[in-house]
Amino acid sequence: MNWLPLFVVVPLGMAFLTPILSKWLKWFPDAAANLATGSAMALSIVALPFAKATTVYFVGGWMPFNGVPIGIHLVLDGLTVLMLLAVNLVAFACTVYSVSYMKHYTDKAKFVTLFLLMVAGLNGVVVSGDLFNVFVFFEITAIACYALVAFGVEAEELEASFKYQVLGGVASSLILLGIALFYWLTGTLNLADGARVLAQKEGNPAVFFIGGLLFTGFGLKGALMPFHAWLPDAHPSAPAPVSAMLSGVVIKVLGVYAICRVFFNVLGVTPALLSVLLVLGVVSMTVGVLLALAQWDFKRLLAYHSISQMGYIVIGIGLGTPLGILGGLFHLVNHTVFKSLLFLNAGALEYATGTRNLKRLGGLNRKMPVTSGTSMIASFSIAGLPPFNGFWSKLVIVLACVQAGHPIIAGWAVLGSILTLASFLKVQRYAFWGELRETWARVREAPAPMCAAMIALAILCLAMGALLIPSVKAAVLDPAVEVLTGGLSYASKALGG
Amino acid sequence: MILYTLAIVLFLVGLYGVLVKRNIFKIIIGLAVIEYAVNLLFALIGYRYGGAAPIRTQGMPQDTLFVDPIPQALVLTAIVIGLATTALIAAVAVRIYEKYDTYDVRKIRKLRG
Repeated sequence: MNWLPLFVVVPLGMAFLTPILSKWLKWFPDAAANLATGSAMALSIVALPFAKATTVYFVGGWMPFNGVPIGIHLVLDGLTVLMLLAVNLVAFACTVYSVSYMKHYTDKAKFVTLFLLMVAGLNGVVVSGDLFNVFVFFEITAIACYALVAFGVEAEELEASFKYQVLGGVASSLILLGIALFYWLTGTLNLADGARVLAQKEGNPAVFFIGGLLFTGFGLKGALMPFHAWLPDAHPSAPAPVSAMLSGVVIKVLGVYAICRVFFNVLGVTPALLSVLLVLGVVSMTVGVLLALAQWDFKRLLAYHSISQMGYIVIGIGLGTPLGILGGLFHLVNHTVFKSLLFLNAGALEYATGTRNLKRLGGLNRKMPVTSGTSMIASFSIAGLPPFNGFWSKLVIVLACVQAGHPIIAGWAVLGSILTLASFLKVQRYAFWGELRETWARVREAPAPMCAAMIALAILCLAMGALLIPSVKAAVLDPAVEVLTGGLSYASKALGG
Repeated sequence: MILYTLAIVLFLVGLYGVLVKRNIFKIIIGLAVIEYAVNLLFALIGYRYGGAAPIRTQGMPQDTLFVDPIPQALVLTAIVIGLATTALIAAVAVRIYEKYDTYDVRKIRKLRG
């Protein structure tokens, strides 16, 4: 497993080459972006067979001494592989899409640099087994995101970016404070070693405080409900491929993944934590969808739905049962695919018509068949209609709620799904169905690379229900679920390797 | 103990600045104060009272008390990251001033909540 650092090295290296070489080679930014994300995607597929075991890579060859880790560890296990697949798949679709889409922005080289930095940071967060290293990759991702949100440098975009940076800055400081106290308590920064030390200090009140700090920090980055204020501004302001990454991947890696890894594998799960997750999940799901119903800006509507769908994921994980965690993680990858697709659809609409106000659109299904068709698939997926992927994951979550003895939450989840359907029927009705307006008589379908990315994601929306087939599930989802249900056994696995 | 408490107080001062102040640059200064407070606390965690600099030289007794060097290395990294975030947010603040002609966050409201 000597290639584990490549997940970070390839995008990071390309990010640094792009601004230098693009001065002479005009085609270089596009090639670099697609090469980097494409090879990262290929690598994450190659990593799939390794999901069942825990593989550790020692950066710089610093082997553990007497079982005590000295250097930085990169850890690859089931959850890591699942997240790597989700990140790199969407990143590749977004870079293919931005070949055409980013033409109407001025500086593609800068965009590609920032985009690849973001991908490198996300991959780094996922593979890292060291708490401070996680923080550094968090910041790489966050800085790239701040800059990408403000990429258009219009008044609204700058305002959204500023809001995002203030809340993100507070979150980073809280996380760093949590890490400082974690180091004070355990004397180590390695997640596995920390878990081992903490197991001997059970009941120490400081663990509770550290947990609170880290949870607030990750919650702010992942836009869970009381901390969501920046998301509906920041996500619509970014260029469409970046919105797709922000809503599809960034909030999950920085929010849900970080919470899962730190709490389930290191600090230990308590009933209190699970109930907090459940309550936040239900509140996010309900309030997000209610706020989304009133929106007329397509991308803003999608941003509110991200909050709502994050609620489903958090409910699944907050149940704490294997079935619930399975549902949560399955919904996480599904949401990654269909929400990115919806943002790419919104981008295609904006590219063709120059507006994303639903009231001004209409009748575009004849003019833009690919955008319209793929957006219908994505809408039905997010609303949870069979046979699309969103249906299966929501079904698992609802069943898990009933099984865990929370029938009321199950009912809420179904109700939330119906409201989601209502909201997306509105989108379809106003953007694609009905009379074609005079203004749009000369609108044309988006260029080929954009269509290719959207079609690929739409096929995934249809195909990903297959992840529940037992043999496929055993290869992809089960190892990830085992990492979380295995809890603190992460320590012995990640140190023994 | 008093040093740790003061670091936490500094953190709260910064948080007050971020939450209460209306001027964009005062908010940025608040963020910077929060960062410094966390860095200070982190460096204090690694400090050992009466400890020597963590460099082993010849003829040193085996049981010499050293200051913990890891938090210092981490704080150094955190300071560099803090520099990058502060520079970026200040740059965005300048661009905001060009667009809105004001530093007052109450008047910078083109986005609906």
